[in-house]
Amino acid sequence: MRQRHDQDNAPRADFASPPEEPNGLPPAWGLYAPRHEHDACGIGFVAHIKGDKSHDIVEQGLEILLRMAHRGACGCDPETGDGAGILLQLPHRFFKREGLLHGWEIPRRRRYGVGMVFLPQDPRQRQACEDIFNEVVAEEGQKVIGWRDVPVDPNVVGWLARETLPSIRQIYVGCRRVVPSALERKLYTIRKLTENRIRERGVDPDARFHVASLSSETIVYKGLLLPDQLPRFYADLSDPELVSALAVVHSRFSTNTFPTWDRAQPCRYIAHNGEINTLQGNRNWMRARSAGLQSAKFGGPLSRLFPIINTNGSDSAQFDNMLELLHLAGRPLDHAMMMMIPEAHEGITDGSITPQRKAYYEYASNLMEPWDGPAAMVFTDGHLVGATLDRNGLRPARWIVTTDDRVILSSEVGVLDVPPAEIRQKGRLQPGRMLLVDTQEQRIIDDQEAKNDVANRWPYAKWLNANVDNLDRFPAAPPVPPTEGEWLVRLQRAFGYSDEDLRIVVGPMALSGEEPNGSMGSDVPLAVLSDQAPPLFDYFHQLFAQVTNPPIDPIREALVMTLATTIGPDGNTFEETPEQCHRIAIKSPILTNPDLAKLRHPNVGAFEPTTLDMVYDRSIGLETAVAQLCKAAVDAIDEGYNILVLSDRKVDSKRLPIPSLLAVSAVHQHLVREGIRFQTGLVAETADARSVHHIACLFGFGAGSVNPWLALDTARDLALRGEIAVTPEKAEYHLIKALEKGVLKIMSKMGISTLQSYRGAQIFEAVGLDQGLIARHFTGTASRLSGVGLAELGREVQERHNRGFAASLSGVDAIDETSELPTGGIYQWRRRGERHKWNPATIAKLQHATSHASPTSWDEYSRLCNEEDRGRSTLRGLLEFVTHPEDAIPLDEVESATDIVKRFATGAMSFGSISAEAHETLAIAMNSIGGKSNSGEGGEEARRYVREVPGEERRSRIHQVASGRFGVNAEYLVNADELQIKMAQGAKPGEGGQLPGHKVDERIAKVRFSTPGVTLISPPPHHDIYSIEDLAQLIFDLKCVNHDARISMKLVAEVGVGTVAAGVAKAGAGHVVIAGNTGGTGASPVSSILHAGLPWELGLAETQEVLVQNDLRSRIRVQVDGGLRTGRDVVVGALLGAEEFGFSTAPLVVTGCVMLRKCHLNTCSVGIATQDPDLRKHFTGQPEHVVRFFFFVAEEVRKLMAELGVRRFDDLIGRKDRLRQVAKPNHWKAARLDLSPMLMMANVKASVPRRQMRAQTGSLEGHLDKVIVQQVRDTIEGGPRSDIAMKIKNTDRAVGAHLSGEIARRQGARGLVDDAVTVRFKGPAGQSFGAWLAKGVTFNLEGEANDGVGKGLSGGRIAIRHHSDSTFKAEDNILIGNVAAYGATSGELYVAGCAGERFAVRNSGARAVVEGVGDHGCEYMTGGAVVVLGTTGRNFAAGMSGGVAYVFDADRSFSNRCNMGMVEHESLVDETDLWMVYTMIEDHVRMTGSALGRRMLENWEMTVARFVKVMPIEYRKVLQQKRASTRPVMPEALKMVQG
Amino acid sequence: MGKVTGFKEWGRELPKKREKSARVGDFREFLGAFDGDKAKAQGGRCMDCGVPFCMQGCPLGNRIPDWNDLVFRGRWKEAFVALDSTNNFPEFTGRLCPAPCEAACVLNVNQDPVTIEQIEKEIVERAFAEGWITPRPPRTRSGKKVAVIGSGPAGLAAAQQLNRAGHSVTVFEKSDRIGGLLRYGIPDFKMEKQVIDRRLDVMVAEGVQFRTSSEIGRDVSWSEIRVTHDAVVVAIGAESPRELEVPGRELAGVHLAMTYLSQQNRIVSGDVVADQIHAGGKRVVILGGGDTGSDCLGTAHRQGAAQVTQLELMPAPPDVRLSQNPWPEWPVIYRTSSSQEEGGERQFALQTSHLSGKDGRLHALHAAHVRPEVVNGRMTLVREAGGELTIPCDLVILAMGFVSPVAKGLAAELGLALDGRGNVKVDASYRTSVPGIYAAGDARKGASLIVWAIADGREAARVVDGDLRGSTSQLPTRGIDQPFEAR
Repeated sequence: MRQRHDQDNAPRADFASPPEEPNGLPPAWGLYAPRHEHDACGIGFVAHIKGDKSHDIVEQGLEILLRMAHRGACGCDPETGDGAGILLQLPHRFFKREGLLHGWEIPRRRRYGVGMVFLPQDPRQRQACEDIFNEVVAEEGQKVIGWRDVPVDPNVVGWLARETLPSIRQIYVGCRRVVPSALERKLYTIRKLTENRIRERGVDPDARFHVASLSSETIVYKGLLLPDQLPRFYADLSDPELVSALAVVHSRFSTNTFPTWDRAQPCRYIAHNGEINTLQGNRNWMRARSAGLQSAKFGGPLSRLFPIINTNGSDSAQFDNMLELLHLAGRPLDHAMMMMIPEAHEGITDGSITPQRKAYYEYASNLMEPWDGPAAMVFTDGHLVGATLDRNGLRPARWIVTTDDRVILSSEVGVLDVPPAEIRQKGRLQPGRMLLVDTQEQRIIDDQEAKNDVANRWPYAKWLNANVDNLDRFPAAPPVPPTEGEWLVRLQRAFGYSDEDLRIVVGPMALSGEEPNGSMGSDVPLAVLSDQAPPLFDYFHQLFAQVTNPPIDPIREALVMTLATTIGPDGNTFEETPEQCHRIAIKSPILTNPDLAKLRHPNVGAFEPTTLDMVYDRSIGLETAVAQLCKAAVDAIDEGYNILVLSDRKVDSKRLPIPSLLAVSAVHQHLVREGIRFQTGLVAETADARSVHHIACLFGFGAGSVNPWLALDTARDLALRGEIAVTPEKAEYHLIKALEKGVLKIMSKMGISTLQSYRGAQIFEAVGLDQGLIARHFTGTASRLSGVGLAELGREVQERHNRGFAASLSGVDAIDETSELPTGGIYQWRRRGERHKWNPATIAKLQHATSHASPTSWDEYSRLCNEEDRGRSTLRGLLEFVTHPEDAIPLDEVESATDIVKRFATGAMSFGSISAEAHETLAIAMNSIGGKSNSGEGGEEARRYVREVPGEERRSRIHQVASGRFGVNAEYLVNADELQIKMAQGAKPGEGGQLPGHKVDERIAKVRFSTPGVTLISPPPHHDIYSIEDLAQLIFDLKCVNHDARISMKLVAEVGVGTVAAGVAKAGAGHVVIAGNTGGTGASPVSSILHAGLPWELGLAETQEVLVQNDLRSRIRVQVDGGLRTGRDVVVGALLGAEEFGFSTAPLVVTGCVMLRKCHLNTCSVGIATQDPDLRKHFTGQPEHVVRFFFFVAEEVRKLMAELGVRRFDDLIGRKDRLRQVAKPNHWKAARLDLSPMLMMANVKASVPRRQMRAQTGSLEGHLDKVIVQQVRDTIEGGPRSDIAMKIKNTDRAVGAHLSGEIARRQGARGLVDDAVTVRFKGPAGQSFGAWLAKGVTFNLEGEANDGVGKGLSGGRIAIRHHSDSTFKAEDNILIGNVAAYGATSGELYVAGCAGERFAVRNSGARAVVEGVGDHGCEYMTGGAVVVLGTTGRNFAAGMSGGVAYVFDADRSFSNRCNMGMVEHESLVDETDLWMVYTMIEDHVRMTGSALGRRMLENWEMTVARFVKVMPIEYRKVLQQKRASTRPVMPEALKMVQG
Repeated sequence: MGKVTGFKEWGRELPKKREKSARVGDFREFLGAFDGDKAKAQGGRCMDCGVPFCMQGCPLGNRIPDWNDLVFRGRWKEAFVALDSTNNFPEFTGRLCPAPCEAACVLNVNQDPVTIEQIEKEIVERAFAEGWITPRPPRTRSGKKVAVIGSGPAGLAAAQQLNRAGHSVTVFEKSDRIGGLLRYGIPDFKMEKQVIDRRLDVMVAEGVQFRTSSEIGRDVSWSEIRVTHDAVVVAIGAESPRELEVPGRELAGVHLAMTYLSQQNRIVSGDVVADQIHAGGKRVVILGGGDTGSDCLGTAHRQGAAQVTQLELMPAPPDVRLSQNPWPEWPVIYRTSSSQEEGGERQFALQTSHLSGKDGRLHALHAAHVRPEVVNGRMTLVREAGGELTIPCDLVILAMGFVSPVAKGLAAELGLALDGRGNVKVDASYRTSVPGIYAAGDARKGASLIVWAIADGREAARVVDGDLRGSTSQLPTRGIDQPFEAR
């Protein structure tokens, strides 16, 4: 029996600080919360391996920073950067000299520490802080040597940065009676105590105090600066005596413009590019363990140092806090890093990870959850400097080793000029890998060595064997027998199951093991407005990654994901002992009934499970029930139980269930608060969880494993009744599989790879739950609109319970409907089901109004919509206009409808998801009224760029650039007025898409550059946008191609979307779309349609205020979309902050859509969402009807404007003061909703604009292409060939993009004749080299290149080779960065060296030869041909549905690294293949002079035997069919070779 | 959901009607069942729409997509359970309903709708054949007594629902047999009366009491009924016919459709009717182009009429729906009923001016051509120029519809309010102006469809149950009604 740690031992202080007002960031208000701010950046280090200190290293660090300036950003004040800094070894000589100047005696090296301290400017506050500092130093037995004013030049910083410029001073702390090895720990203690005391005494009201570093080893110079300002601001940095053997640098890109000096990096130990998605959970788990944290090293209770994690810091800073603690508690930095960012190991079977290492990771997972999220992390303790990437490797990090013993690592290559001959080796960090430089050992330690060292410290595998009990090996115990018959139905009813839950959710999953798809959007009310007693789960909305970090593809990139989990008490994170891993390992966190029975009767070791009933008697009410449950949990732990099973098995006619989500989260939070959560495992045995969203919620709020027993019994029953054609056992198995896949998908949406980190991470936003309830039982969960509490939730429990048990009470049990389930009506409209905005009446009225020009029908339609909304469906329905009768103006004074309709756009629906007829009808309509239609992600037929019939312009004015990049070539880009980058889609944010093969006909395949009949996959992330600085790069790329187009960014509403929008504005976009969660889709998993994202009202209101607050609103236009249907919707949208409005479903209904919701099946009977020629004949939509719709909307807008007394539409925008919440909504739940946060306006000067006033700046002045175009102008215009040479550097980005745009404008997709323009470059090319390079252009680069080479390649030819002076072997060294040839449609790419990760992702037609690639090569490829002459990374060909790859497999190990999900391997025997590979290598040699290629050709017979042909299965089948049915056809790629 | 591509593979198909020559020789039903597996394919045509307009088109809110799918999958019993959950008498609607559901079927936008009505009939007939329809008396009785006045579809539906809720229900019928309009208004060739009888057997076994030949207000007073019961549901139909107010109406040989039809129905049921109005060998004119007119037409043919002419006041509707009358509205188009298929002449836009005769016996009907015109915003019929038309005839049957319930006595005795059209006035919850008295069906809304009557009876029963119970009724409701048209 374990004893609970006594709470009274120490004063209660929390491991993580409660959120409060951070330095410079505004406090949370309205919908804004500072915790949603994001950063991204450029990072790097330069280090001398032998530890030679010099000022050169400092200068080189600063130079790196300067060369990556484009990765940072500036906000509304162009002179204020987001932050820059440098971390150096403590320059002893320099400080000794400074000491002498002050008359101090500086002790010898490592006998003193220096603190870099930001202090309040106010002299009294500053003095108070310093006094406390001095006091603490003395108390800790150390000595303050003195305070030095750091010389700074405030004149070099921007006005915004100056507003909060701190007083910057250095404190010198002399060491007394402390062994050198403990000095850092002592300094840490001093810092912590000082911070706490300053806060406690309230001497620093503005929270300006910040210790950038306090160490005897390192010092950090940082600030709210632009990279070039850093050395000018800190005079010290120019001092030749300031020397170091290493320099870590960081340049920050933040989503906000708030002046926050402390958020600049490097932190004390790290510089981080990326973000931590699981922060909330990581913090919670550490807090949960805090009572058990012990380390003798700190000489006293650790709790006096609490809070360890300062939650006001950025995610990077909080990571730094944790890393620091682990390090100071005794782990070397690289070891601590391995714990916090473990590499993917569970799914890795290629032998690259030793069993010992795997064992280590497994062991470490018992001590701490991974801090998950995209990360390139540079870390140093002053003598060891290293870098690591997270398991996904989504941030670039390139390194070189020079002949003079320097290692230079940074986000880009070419940031320091190193003569090629002096480069010994070039490389990149691979996913999950680490690079270490030990300046004491004076050598580089590679990933294998570093990690194996750690992994071999202790016999972890043995420890695991002895202590981890595998559930599979537990003795079987009798499970609870399955529920059947009438009792089953009663329980289903009592737990809120509907007919749809069986028919649409559980049934299909149990049948196929997959979550079913649906289409169109969700048009049912928010849970808080529903009368159907929705499950508590429905109040929670899934969050997802957009822009600032990428989602993951859980199917194609499954190797990085894992659900593996352990259950049982946790250990002390600081110690490593065998007992620490005494836990139960379970393969699937979703337990079957037999699994749970085994867990209940472990008969193994010290596990003591107990069951707590989450049921209550109706007399005591929900609130008391929850309180009692929490108390029971604490009591159980006190009694020594260490596995708590929360069970609702005991529900009957008298006992009601506590909603499992409430029970789990309440107990979890309560135990966390009590500091004893780590002492127990938490299992939910629950009936109410039945969909992937439900299960994800339970994990997200703290459950260790879940036994969804009623769902399992339901699956079994469906099978027994013959409703699904599988055995009962299979049905259960499939259901669990489907739920697992679904949970992986929901995790991946947020970019989280491991269930362990997802657990308790609370990645949801609650809408309409009482703030008190959230604070108590869902502590820390995003929730901005307060609403119903336990009383109302209890009433809903009662209502559901009645469905199952009241019938017998009232004696009406003979009525048939009690033997069945309620209809549900969530997924489909049903008369007895949930309300839908699109219902027979609204659809019929709208169609009648628009087809017959009937204003009466329109009024009726609009009345139905608006009244349905009012208090019953949507947030906007609960708002009313603030009008004053005396303000009203005559209608004819209001801006005309013809002007208003120009603000309207139709939504992104691809040609492919909808038919050509439907697509063009919308385009013609929108063009005729001056609005915009959107191509969607599917390319566009070039014939539409030409006006064939006068007045019928068929071109989509908005061309979308989405993650699949289908048909995105230079011609497509230049033929648009707006280029919209789709980050997310309302119906399935964070997920990729699929166009099923049966919808890909000849025509669609042509515009998408793919093969008819072959399924097309859009990846979840844009593989060239992993962060906000990547986004800035893509915007820059697109602007280069089409400078006239407005760049738009499509985001989906979720908490924090405003800060993302601010980042987007800073990244240079001129337009942002905030889409609501109700948007439509051609195909999405049903749970995503319902549960991901938020209503647009929230997203828009937040976006508006955050943009205004940052003074960024004036340079970006805001569009809203997602279920807009009437003029009232538009006016509410305008008042909440939108200038423009997108409509999709409504115009589709106008063209005949009747909401069949069958888009994903290609059987749309009205010819809209289908490519079936027979069905397309039924399409009857007409542009005139669509035009009429928009005019009806506009006229309704005008009427409302007249009532409001507003003449110009512009004057509506952002006027939240003209909206108020309906005083007394006629609805028992709506009455509890508080919308006031949504209506709060930013507290800024009145002069700050609230709508767009000016275009985004950003000229192409100085762009290398300007020079090129000038030199080759004749050629572009059709003149003779040109051949030019020039130098290039890493700051020359997107070279070729502008040139290609110019060519496409003149020549269309056909471009110029081959080699019409040849440019020979020398040097390191910046990002996006040769992006969208047009046909006829050849780029020949000698040097190297960064990420994004040849993205969207549009027929051009790129050849890259190492500098001719290089001495290393070309094929072994990295030559170009990540995601080369992403979305290429045609052209050629030759790389005489290695490429980074994700080579030729989504290539659909280009040919490429490369000498080695990183992970995920040829992912999602649909066409073209790739030849790899060397090794590949893992997961090659994942999701590859077309095209062909040939890989030289020297040691026959390739199959271990290839994802065989969609492809097969063949040997090279076919003549066509042989000829193809031979000629491609020949071309490669000719273009790059590749030595490797030449050797291969010389030994062709030997070579050819080692080639493996990677052939997509589906693709081959289609090709074979084609060949059989018609004349011989070759794949496009082959044609190009032979033709 | 049927078969995803079912509607593309199979066309709409109905069972063949009996040969005309054969069916006019008797009074048996003209439409039989599907051969073999046809029903399955027809059910498979259902598209399982995201917004099933059929369900809205159906006043009962029948769960059409659900049972279409179940029939497609051969799960007839479940299909019956689903059908039974919303409709007490699918055997009536499956034969007699004009099927607004099919009009609203999404396939009807541009193709042929699913044969919903026939599938309904197949399900219920199979249920009877398989013995799935058994009496389901309530387990407990509430002790409350409810009187249902009138035994047409509304009354029967209300009675069955209330009985299931545990109340003791007595149905009062003024006629000698139960069934109201179903019994004596619908000819057997559309629905044989054993269809009613087998249903009544079930209801009797469930415990519903029936009192025939009890006309309230005459045999028993309204007040007495009221005090002896906890609730009264008035479901007396709308029996006042629209009269022909022209000279010559009094001539012998001019009869109301209901008189004519009910006599024939009695004879088919084995009764003896003295002085039956018989069309045998006669020249017959039927006034009224609606369903009742068609029923008279079919009856006249079966009686051996020499010649039958059916006259309609309004002009002939178009062959295809007009653009002002789009889907999913009820299509106003030229239709041919099974009786009209069997023969006879149809004339449109004719207004009877007078009847002429000799010796008090009818000889001819005189009519003028009219056309509808909007005058002062009101639709009026305007006489066309040109002469009158004379149709020699021996028998004129008036099938011009019904105007209101026969409710004067009720109103007078209980002081119950009527609306402007003479219907029983109710609030949104079927409560009349007199507490404890409810009204449902044609009695409250005027003559309408059987399916509306059943729906009304069910909804009214729910209100009554709730009131008697003093809490929310557990009886099912038809759900949100968002009509896209009024019919």
